[in-house]
Amino acid sequence: MLVVEGLFTEYPNDRGEVVKAAQDVSFTVDEGRLFTLLGPSGCGKTTTLRSIAGLERPRAGEISVNGQVVYSSAKKVFVAPNRRGFGMVFQSYAIWPHMTVFENAAFPLDVGRKSYSRKDLRDKVMRVLTAVQLDHLADREATKLSGGQQQRLALARALVMEPALLLLDEPLSNLDAKLREKMRFELKRLQRELKITTVYVTHDQSEALALSHQIAVMNEGRIQQIGTPREIYENPGSQFVADFVGNTNFIEGTVSSGGVRTELGDIRVATNGLAPNDKVAISIRPEDVDLKETRPSGNNVWEGRVEQKVFLGEAVDFQVKVGSRTLLSRQHPTLRTKVGESIFVCLDPEKCVVLKIS
Amino acid sequence: MATDTTVRRADPSGSAAERAWDRLDLKWLVIGVCVAFAVYIAVIPLGFLFWQSFRTPQSAAADAVWTLSNFTTAYGTSDTARLFWTSIQFALGTSVFAFTLGTALAWMNERTNTPFKTVFYALSLIPLVIPSILFTVSWILLASPQIGIINLVLQSWLGLQAPPFDIYSIGGMIWVDGLHYSPMAFLLMTAAFRAMDPSLEESATMSGAGIFQVLWRITLRLTWPAIVATILILFIRAIESFEVPALLGLPAGIEVFTSAIYQAVHRYPSQVGLASAYAVSLLVITTCGVYFVSRLSGQGSKYATMTGKGFRPRQIDLGRWRWFTSAIFVVYFLLIVVLPFAVLLWSSFQRFYAVPSMEALQNLTIEPYRFILSYPNLGRTVLNSVMLSFSAATIVMLVASVICWIVVKTKYPARWLLDNVASLPIVFPGLVLGLSIMIFYLNVDIGIYGTIWIMLIAYITRFMPYGLRYATTSMLQIHKELEESAAMSGASWVTTFRRIILPLLKPGLVAGWIYVMIVSIRELSTSILLYSPDTQVISIVIWELWENGQYVELSALGVMFILALFIMVMVAQWLGRRYGVKE
Repeated sequence: MLVVEGLFTEYPNDRGEVVKAAQDVSFTVDEGRLFTLLGPSGCGKTTTLRSIAGLERPRAGEISVNGQVVYSSAKKVFVAPNRRGFGMVFQSYAIWPHMTVFENAAFPLDVGRKSYSRKDLRDKVMRVLTAVQLDHLADREATKLSGGQQQRLALARALVMEPALLLLDEPLSNLDAKLREKMRFELKRLQRELKITTVYVTHDQSEALALSHQIAVMNEGRIQQIGTPREIYENPGSQFVADFVGNTNFIEGTVSSGGVRTELGDIRVATNGLAPNDKVAISIRPEDVDLKETRPSGNNVWEGRVEQKVFLGEAVDFQVKVGSRTLLSRQHPTLRTKVGESIFVCLDPEKCVVLKIS
Repeated sequence: MATDTTVRRADPSGSAAERAWDRLDLKWLVIGVCVAFAVYIAVIPLGFLFWQSFRTPQSAAADAVWTLSNFTTAYGTSDTARLFWTSIQFALGTSVFAFTLGTALAWMNERTNTPFKTVFYALSLIPLVIPSILFTVSWILLASPQIGIINLVLQSWLGLQAPPFDIYSIGGMIWVDGLHYSPMAFLLMTAAFRAMDPSLEESATMSGAGIFQVLWRITLRLTWPAIVATILILFIRAIESFEVPALLGLPAGIEVFTSAIYQAVHRYPSQVGLASAYAVSLLVITTCGVYFVSRLSGQGSKYATMTGKGFRPRQIDLGRWRWFTSAIFVVYFLLIVVLPFAVLLWSSFQRFYAVPSMEALQNLTIEPYRFILSYPNLGRTVLNSVMLSFSAATIVMLVASVICWIVVKTKYPARWLLDNVASLPIVFPGLVLGLSIMIFYLNVDIGIYGTIWIMLIAYITRFMPYGLRYATTSMLQIHKELEESAAMSGASWVTTFRRIILPLLKPGLVAGWIYVMIVSIRELSTSILLYSPDTQVISIVIWELWENGQYVELSALGVMFILALFIMVMVAQWLGRRYGVKE
């Protein structure tokens, strides 16, 4: 179990200005869980990860793993990264070009505190290489591997010492799309099988949604929201989160009795905890914007016109003009309304998330 | 491990913490010893140089006293401006000439499909093994207005009245020194080109850039730190070059700083203070250069072109032009190896030096070789040379790798100062370094004066800056994640250094080691003030022969020396390829 409490990490940049990379970051990762730090570049997610690793020295806060404090500003504890026993996969993979596949993977056992017999070492390394399907390449030079293989080798190297914590820094960002998809499943399978506590850093929201037990969305050094993938996606807590995770439509308006007054008209939606005349934005996902060729019954129905559509194979994206607004809607390909034809848009109040604009 | 679901606990307490302390201590011990050593060898002679520049000469009649007269003598006349200008002219000309030549050859060798280039690569290293004094002597034999073979041949072919070339001129000095040091530029730039990710060039090609656009706008821009470092090294080396200005400049009355220092020392009574005052100017010039390079290495990550991903260099197809580049290699090789060596070889089989002719051909003799092989203490001399150069190269490269790690990879506040301090000996002309070390250890007697140890210290001091530049060029190319991943694997600093940094530095370390070994074994200007009959080295014997005017004997020793060095380098190269980084 990883506990990060009130972490602040700052460092001077090339011009000597202080970069406030991580600001008051706190979260807990339960045993065996995969926790993702998600955010745009420069949001502090990598710095947070490197602080956990011990590669950056935070200014304040406390980090502990399984009850052992590895960093604490109050207790003046800083355990060197090589004493923490965490596995880490770097964005560039950092495969050592002067070693073979086997030597790369065996390195952590080789330099670790525990010494292994030749046979034990070989068994352990081969087991982890088998797990990532590189056992047949053990004697190959590491530089002769393909991108996906290097990535798997980096993972094997991080796993071989059975770390208390696995840290992954955008491990899939250097792979091509197909391979990324495949490795996503691989990673998930391995993590779930080994039940290893993992912190994963990515800027790719679909990766985060696919892999994580929990996601923390970060922006400008701070955590914006923590939740399960479903919570983050279906109940974003702020406009930033709604916008960054997945696609969404924002409809701005003010709170009125029984709903929100917008330029489309009144949208009926629950406005619990909001005062009348609060400025809000309604966020609704494209797949929740329903399109019908005939007027359906019920509330929140508007007539619009199909402005453009994009065929994606498994779905069709429609841009529908309602008044002066354009709404994005994702529909099953069976809906064949042509560009320029009229169509009815309906918004399910259950799917509308009302976000206060501060 | 698939079944093993228990998770090891991070355990920073107890006995593990104690062991962590041990290892931490070892890290600081290694760093501390290396830093202290570098500072010691750099600062001692520097301090003495300053001290000496404010002292009058010591003689039997009068004790040395404090004075400013050395500076007024050195800088009080208009001659100084001319001296300064000549030195800059010579050093700039030499470094630009050597750099242009070396870079062009490195590019052709690394990035084009010039035929037979692997042969050329091996061949172009040969000139490095020819000691400067032998190279200069051979070019005197080739291009002096009186006896130069090239001049005589061209005169008789073209019917010229006057000899077309005069080696005793500033142009002649730049030609000889620049030609001689172009292989150094070649080596440094080759290392830089090799370390660069070729996809950066390929993407420029794909953007529609031609060969020379890629070279100019991508390759040279990305190797910018290496370029500045290379030119700086060449410039500094040229400005402290001694043999060429002494043998070619002085007869024509062309004085640069080093020859001025040499003459000040050899005047009677010896003007050591005046020499030191001249040396202070060199120090100012070179300190600026070193500071600039250390600023440049602060921008490490911007130029970190070697990532954790594999890299495979690709070659540019020159088409028909590849025969042209091939021809350039041949001409270059002729000028830098074949002609100089041939003229020495010719001279070494003569009883007295004579220009090649049918008549001279009949007087061939092996007498000079017989003379050299029966030279007193020859075995001891050779052993001294070999042991000194091996130990100096090894110590220099190990210390340099630690120093440049601190400078490039850490954020310690005074690291640029450390780089400057360790690079300080670069400002010492060999002669002044030898002198200051000699007098320091005469005054501070720790029992090494007159032994081989004082020469070892001198060599290490003298060549540390060069080792440092080789190591730094390589260090800049190592991505920091390669180190961090070792730390995350549980490796201590010492282990990381030994198992990750050193192997990845190996191309630079091997190149630097070979370089330091060669320059040590032919080192002359420092040794000349420190040797004793027991610690005589080969280059000293050559110098003595030159002083005595024994040119044919000098040629015989020169030929054997060059051949031996050549074999040594071939073995080192072979070992480097065998046990070095696979490419």
